[in-house]
Amino acid sequence: MLLFGPAREAVGRSRTVMELPTPVTAAKVVDALSTAYPNLTPLLGRSRVVVNRRYVDGDASIGPDDEVAIIPPVSGG
Amino acid sequence: MRTVFEITDRPLDVAGVIGGVADSAAGAIAVFAGATRKSFEGKAVRHLEYEAYAPLAERALEEIGTEIALKWPQTIGLAIAHRLGTVDVGEVSVLVAVSAPHRREAFAACEYGIDRLKAVLPVWKKEVFVDGGVWKENPEWERERGGEPP
Repeated sequence: MLLFGPAREAVGRSRTVMELPTPVTAAKVVDALSTAYPNLTPLLGRSRVVVNRRYVDGDASIGPDDEVAIIPPVSGG
Repeated sequence: MRTVFEITDRPLDVAGVIGGVADSAAGAIAVFAGATRKSFEGKAVRHLEYEAYAPLAERALEEIGTEIALKWPQTIGLAIAHRLGTVDVGEVSVLVAVSAPHRREAFAACEYGIDRLKAVLPVWKKEVFVDGGVWKENPEWERERGGEPP
């Protein structure tokens, strides 16, 4: 799983691996992240999930080979 | 419409971006340059740090280009450059340049370009102070739509 900006800083690295039975929904992945990294929880509530470089909703199904990224509120410009 | 997109660790080149959209049919080139401010809520900013999800950012820039081509079909060229890494106060972090036959559509498309960039580009900015730092959040970000065009 890819982490950027404030999410990367909260976890302490830009990539993390979660062991979850697949297929799993995006919402469940976010729940697992929140449990593993409680200091990430407030930010996760304002973040989106991207799977294979597309924004997805919470009910999206994620498989073992998918690229999952957490997208915190952006601040480009 | 010609497009030139760049996400780079190097200082941005205003003349290069203008050159990327210059055209003998373009009577107007509008350029927006975003620079880093020296203070935030009274605190002195030492520098800024930018990072990106590069593959998604490239896709987002292409989508902004598609939107501009649809809204202002007269647009001749669009160039967007965003800097990453450490950016010192006063330096340029983003450039948007639009060329068109006339200035009104060039200004309009340029403003649209920077507005959309702030809403959808997966780039994150940290303001670093003497005593720590803060990750910024653009109010434009369309969390509910996930960056879908309006």
